[in-house]
Order: sequence, then C-alpha cells, then structure tokens
Amino acid sequence: MALKSAKRKKHIQNPWGGFFFVLPSILAMAIFVYGMIGWTLKFSFSNRTSAWKKDNSFAGVARYTELLDDPEFTHAFSNLLKFTIVFMIGTMISGLIMSLLLEKGIKGEGFFRSTYLYPMAISFIAMGTSWRWLMDSAKGPKATGLNLIFDKMHLNFLENTWYTSIKGSMFAMALPAIWQMSGYVMALFLAGFRGIPDDLREAARVDGASEYKIYRHILFPQLSPTFLTVLIILGHISMKVFDLIYGIASKGYVTKVLAIYMWQVIFDFQNYAKGAAIAVVILVMIAVVVIPYLIYVNKTEEAK
Amino acid sequence: MSSDLASRASQSKDISRNKKKLDGKGQFWLVFRYIALTILFVIAALPIYIMVINSVKGITGVNQSAAFLPPSSLNFGAWGPTWKILREPMTRTLIFVLQSSIISAIIGSINGYVFAKWRFKGSTFIFTTFLFGMFIPYQAIMIPLTQFNKWAGIGGTIYVLVFAHVIYGIPICTLIFRNYYQAIPNELIEAARVDGAGMVRIFRTIILPLSIPGFVVVLIWQFTSAWNDFLFAIFLTGGSPKLSVATTALNFITGSGNQVYYGNNMTASLIVSIPTLLVYMFLGRYFLRGLLSGSLKG
Repeated sequence: MALKSAKRKKHIQNPWGGFFFVLPSILAMAIFVYGMIGWTLKFSFSNRTSAWKKDNSFAGVARYTELLDDPEFTHAFSNLLKFTIVFMIGTMISGLIMSLLLEKGIKGEGFFRSTYLYPMAISFIAMGTSWRWLMDSAKGPKATGLNLIFDKMHLNFLENTWYTSIKGSMFAMALPAIWQMSGYVMALFLAGFRGIPDDLREAARVDGASEYKIYRHILFPQLSPTFLTVLIILGHISMKVFDLIYGIASKGYVTKVLAIYMWQVIFDFQNYAKGAAIAVVILVMIAVVVIPYLIYVNKTEEAK
Repeated sequence: MSSDLASRASQSKDISRNKKKLDGKGQFWLVFRYIALTILFVIAALPIYIMVINSVKGITGVNQSAAFLPPSSLNFGAWGPTWKILREPMTRTLIFVLQSSIISAIIGSINGYVFAKWRFKGSTFIFTTFLFGMFIPYQAIMIPLTQFNKWAGIGGTIYVLVFAHVIYGIPICTLIFRNYYQAIPNELIEAARVDGAGMVRIFRTIILPLSIPGFVVVLIWQFTSAWNDFLFAIFLTGGSPKLSVATTALNFITGSGNQVYYGNNMTASLIVSIPTLLVYMFLGRYFLRGLLSGSLKG
C-alpha cells in the first residue's frame, strides 16, 4: 500500500524527515522576509519621522497621503514608469533580435553569445563610470563619449544631453539598462527556441510555409511561456532599479526613481516612516505582478 | 530541467547539416546576420573597451577627444595608486564573499535535496513562499534588518553582509539545487532505500558526489552577486570606511567630485570588475545556468 502510493505520487514520501532539514530555512524566510516586511509595514503606518524623536505611535495612512502630496515622490514615480516602459520594450526587442540572429546556429555563436551576456557579470557601479563618460552631455567641439562619435560622423542632430536634462532623461537612463539585460533575455529566448523540436519547422517548410509564417504562426506561439517569464523578470528588476542609476547619476534629481528617493529619505533625512512607506509602494507594485505568476508556477508544478 | 534550459542556450547549435550550398537569398541572409551580429558586438563591447584602453593612459586620461582610440604607449600610472586604495576593501570583499557563498551553497543543497526528493505535505507551497523572497525589493526589509543587526550584535562588522547574502540567497540557491536534483532519477534513491539507506546517508553517498556542477553554479552565482552588490553594502555598512567593500570603495573613488580624473576612475572600475570577469570568462557556462535557473522555468 505504502509502495503503491509512493509510486503514484512519483516522489518519495517521508513526511517529517525532510521537513526538519528545511525548518531552519523556513524560519529564516518567515522572520527575515515575511516578518520584516510586516515590520516595515508597521513603520510605514507610524510617526517615526525623525531619528531623534523616537515616536512609534500609530499614524494610520498619514505617511502615504503625504507621499501623494510630495512632488519629489510623484516625480520619482513617473520617472520609474517612463524608465520601465522604455527599458522593458527596448530589452525585449534587442534580446529577441539577438536570439533570432543566433537561434538557427551560426559559426562563432559561442563568441557572440558570451559578449552579449558579459554585462550581467559586472557591477553597475563599475560600468557606471564608462556609461557616465559615454553619455557625457557636452556637445560640439567639447563633446566626448557618444556625442563625440555623432560629431565625427556628422550626425550632430543626434547629439543630446542624455540623462542630464529633464526631457528624455529616463530614456537615456534606460540605455545602459537595456545594454546590461539584453544578453539575459537573449539567453532565455535562445533556450525557448531550442526547446521547440526541429520537426515542427521542417514539417511547415515541407508544407510550403514561408520563413516569416513559420515564426509568426509556429515558433512564437510556442514561446509564450518564455515571453511571460521575460516580462516578469524585466518588470521586477525595473521596479527595484537602484545601483544602475546611482552608479551613473548618483542621487541627481533628474533621474530619481523610487529606490533612490527611499535611500535619500532614510539616510539624508532619517525619516524612517516615510522611507518605509516608499519601500512598501515598491513592494506592492512588484507583488501584484509576481504573486499571480508564482501561483501560476505553483499550479503547474503541482500538476506535474 | 533548468540544466536542460541552460544547455539548450549554451551549446551552439549543430550546423553541420546545414552545409548544403546556400542559394543567393540564403547567402544574403548569412551576410546580413553577420553584419547585425557584429554591430551588436561593437555596442556590447564598447563600455568595457573604453574602460580598458583608458586604464592604460595614466591618471588623468589625457585627451578626451581621443578617448576612443587606443593609447600610443602603455602607461600603467593609474594602476598603482588606485590599487593602493582598493586593495584593502577588495581583500575584505573577497573574504566575506567566499564565506557567504560557501554557507549559501551548503544550505541550498540541503533545501534543494528535500524539495526535490523528500517532499512533505505543503512543501510545494512552502517552496513557492521561498521564491517570493527572490523577487522582493530589499528596500522593504532594510530598515528592520539594520535594527536586527544592531540587536544581534553584528552591527558595524562585516558579518552584516555575510548574514544578508546568506539569508536572502536562500531562495535562489534552493531553487538552483532543487532544479538540479530533480534531474537525478528517483530510481537511484529508491534503490538505495531498498538497501536500507536513510535520507542523510543517501544525501552523503549518492547525492553529494553528483552535486559538484550544482555547487559550482551556486558558488559562482553567489560570488558574482555578492561581489557586485551595492544596495546591501551601502545600507548595512552605512558607508563606514572601516567596512568599505569593492563597490562602495569604488563609488567613493568615482562618485561625484572626482569626475575629471577619468583615467583614475576607469582603472578603479576595471580593477573591481576583474574578479567577476575572470569567473565569467572561465566558468561562463555555469554562470549562465545560474542565470536561467532564476527564471523559474524549472
């Protein structure tokens, strides 16, 4: 009987042994992820708005309504939205193009693939130095970086102030982010493409389908789980974006996003309650996307 | 499964059977693909190229308008002084990162073993709640964590970073090992059980010897992410110079005010990037595997 149920369940059943070995991690997650999120929530509903006045009394949603009236917060919020849109679309497209160029196999594939992916291995504080120089705002005879290239190529109309002026700053800031993450998206799509049996393609080709139609009607529909994964990954990275922007523009107002503003509120103004409220906003934006995704993954997992 | 995913993405496609002669159109597309790939290569390589060539032009980086060009003669003048500043933080980083990666890998392998092979009632749910920890913005736990560190008596020591990377590395390390162990056939474990081996003995005698690639993936992953981490470092050490690590020290050098000395800044950035770049160059395949494991499609 026991053997039978073990077989049916496919996995070895041993209700307690396994549990005790993961118990330390369960407790760690319960305390340091969920407990501390709760703690942060409590902070965000409190009056702890300065370092010296330890007033932990309950304030209701006062901190959140303050945020709505705080032009700096709304500025950071809209910056984050702009950044997210450009970053997600840009990375998706460039990653997809990279994978389309490679997926059929080509001589030197390994070389190109490694170059496209290396940005993921480097700290953004380090790469920020290069990007800051590349996106230097000086124009004309003083131009450096990308502006210098445009100048030399007589494409002066492309010279711009990059991330230093309000207009378009977040578009410029999305460039290094796209540069960093495209290789990752490429790898995900490449894995997706290679998971589709070649026979499917061959069969369509025999039936006389054009290459375009094969991609449009056969390959892309098969990739929809990959598209979903890519969206979730890019989305949550974008909401959290911090060191990428900090490495290039520090705490500058023009490119301020929620994570940077939160850091400033905590360290420069010591306003713990408000900082916590901003953190909760970031968390909620991520949770509304990630939790349904995890439930979906969990369901497919249990169906296995 | 995820090792599948990684091998699919990391092994070049067998193109030998495409050897049939290409017609005009096919040749056009091949040339087009190489041109596009090369353009993308130039864009991808540009920032690191800038860094490398400007690190051998001396401290001030001389002529800005020639910054794209390789130097006429090598000048390592910026390396000495920069390394002098970075040596201590980088040694400190190396030591703490090694500690946190090793502990993370051990915890991950135990958790992964249980979640893959010794499921208990509710284990899938618990595993999913772990995964959420991978997505959270660390801002949402940073304030309580600072207070906890103070309370636990590790505030002001480098152990705040070891602790943070171990704890918040649990989800990803568990996930990587779980995916890795799922590929090991259950029959192997069943057979050992019939022979009377228990959970711990099976782990020691069967699973661990098979785990080396899994350990490499997790160690590399944790090493790279802890080395490159800036958020925990700046929050938990509070910018104290006594506890500066690679990224915070680098930020101190290149941060606002020092922007003029590009030669210096580029050199410092390159020095800080070298350890992770070396790991990537020699063990890139494992790095990719860790990266794709994080995509959850296990």
